[in-house]
Amino acid sequence: MSEAAVEVRGMTKTFNAGRPGSVDALVDIDLTIRPGEFVSLIGPSGCGKSTQLRLIANLLEPTTGEVLVNGKSARQARLDQDYGMAFQQAGLFEWRNVAKNVELPLELKGWDKQRRRRRALEMLELVKLPEFADHLPWQLSGGMQQRVAIARALAAHPPLLLMDEPFGALDEMTREHMQSELLRVCGETETTVVFVTHSIPEAVFLSTRVVVMSPRPGRITTVVPVDLGARRGVDTREDPAFFIKVTEVREALRGMPVTDLDEPVREP
Amino acid sequence: MRAVSVGGRRAGRWYGALWPPVAFGAGSIVLWELAVKVFDFQPYFLPPPSAIWQQFKENPQLIWHATKVSGLNALIGLLAGAVLGIAVAFLLARFRLLNDLVTPLAVALNAVPIFVLVAVFNNMFSITSEVPRRLMVTLVVGFIVLVNVARGLREVAPTQLELMRSYAATEFAILRKARVPNAVPYLFTALKIAAPAAVITAFVSEYFGGSQNGLGSRIVASIAISKNATAWAYVLGACLLGLTFYLITVGLERAASPGGVAARRRDGA
Repeated sequence: MSEAAVEVRGMTKTFNAGRPGSVDALVDIDLTIRPGEFVSLIGPSGCGKSTQLRLIANLLEPTTGEVLVNGKSARQARLDQDYGMAFQQAGLFEWRNVAKNVELPLELKGWDKQRRRRRALEMLELVKLPEFADHLPWQLSGGMQQRVAIARALAAHPPLLLMDEPFGALDEMTREHMQSELLRVCGETETTVVFVTHSIPEAVFLSTRVVVMSPRPGRITTVVPVDLGARRGVDTREDPAFFIKVTEVREALRGMPVTDLDEPVREP
Repeated sequence: MRAVSVGGRRAGRWYGALWPPVAFGAGSIVLWELAVKVFDFQPYFLPPPSAIWQQFKENPQLIWHATKVSGLNALIGLLAGAVLGIAVAFLLARFRLLNDLVTPLAVALNAVPIFVLVAVFNNMFSITSEVPRRLMVTLVVGFIVLVNVARGLREVAPTQLELMRSYAATEFAILRKARVPNAVPYLFTALKIAAPAAVITAFVSEYFGGSQNGLGSRIVASIAISKNATAWAYVLGACLLGLTFYLITVGLERAASPGGVAARRRDGA
């Protein structure tokens, strides 16, 4: 594994640069993520963590600096579909059944019908929803929809998964279950994950490293390495080692001003 | 697991939703009949439903013929308007500038009773031509379809658009796989509004001159010679025609979405 999965160098992002009302969303971001890592970005609202994820995904362009994904420019990585993406909203296409939703990225890659179908069923097997292939999205619960979204994000077997608060809209119990499922799925597929969240226990439970960010302008203040072992489960959340790391991340976040901006700044 | 079967429940709900309006309608007709008898209304003021029904039964050919004329105008206008509205909506989705120019205008015009323009159209064609009326229906329907389909093409969920961009999808792929399917329920909503509007426009257009052959002109002509019950019989024909158009679009919508996407959305599931 020679090259980094994600390499961010000297990146800044200024919205409305050079115009009145310009906003420094991110300043001097340097971050290297190795293949197989699970890195969470955490910070108060408005710290630019979603913006940073979108810069890695090349849904936004950085103002300065550069982003490399698998050694390529972020743009090339997007064109090659080198990553899968999942959001807080499952974003399933309501007129497509579950299997067809999972097939969508494969369709855009030009896969033939049989190959797509086979892969979609494999992916549904992976997220334990094989019997729902022909259901429509409205027939599934929120947690099940989010599992379909994860199956879709991983359908083309991308080496990298980018997730923006994917469990933010789920209830606590579903959420904890989904976290374990995500670890299992990413372990089985050996996927590198960049995960945006504002839940400290979620970040600690899932990650190999937690990147703590400060708001306005967003910058990385601390990186907390976490190693709770490969076999994390229900007991992990009651493990003293878990609490120590939760406290460490909470300390790192303490004292940061809390802005009342709920949403990350987007390009107008 | 929350997947549910709705077959049995739906049958029960259908019946439950149907009887109150039917009972209300029947009750209103009885009250109407009684009111005419009790207060002794003159026929020129308000004929009783029984007299209207009598006229309706006695003139089936006349009413059927007038219905065909108005119905054909409405149908041709509806189809042409739908095609026109869809075509312009696609142009607006493609060209941002055009969208900024046309959309506010279309929304504003949609709020104006533009069917008065039929008087101008009448002037442009021969006096017995059906073209002005059809043109009028086309315009009314076209605006309704345009405004709704344009919105359906535009207002795709942001998450779905970001996903498509993350797949490096071309504008054409986004149109085909996200915007068009998203606009389908909007089209049927538009048609459900436009179908009765097409019928109304076809009738009202006849009030502005031209051949005395459609339901609208027959109503005016009957009143002019004090055949009030006959006029009401034509009104009944007009109601039935409007209802037919509406039911056709509802049927089309059901056929187009076997999974019942639109219906499910309304149910809030």
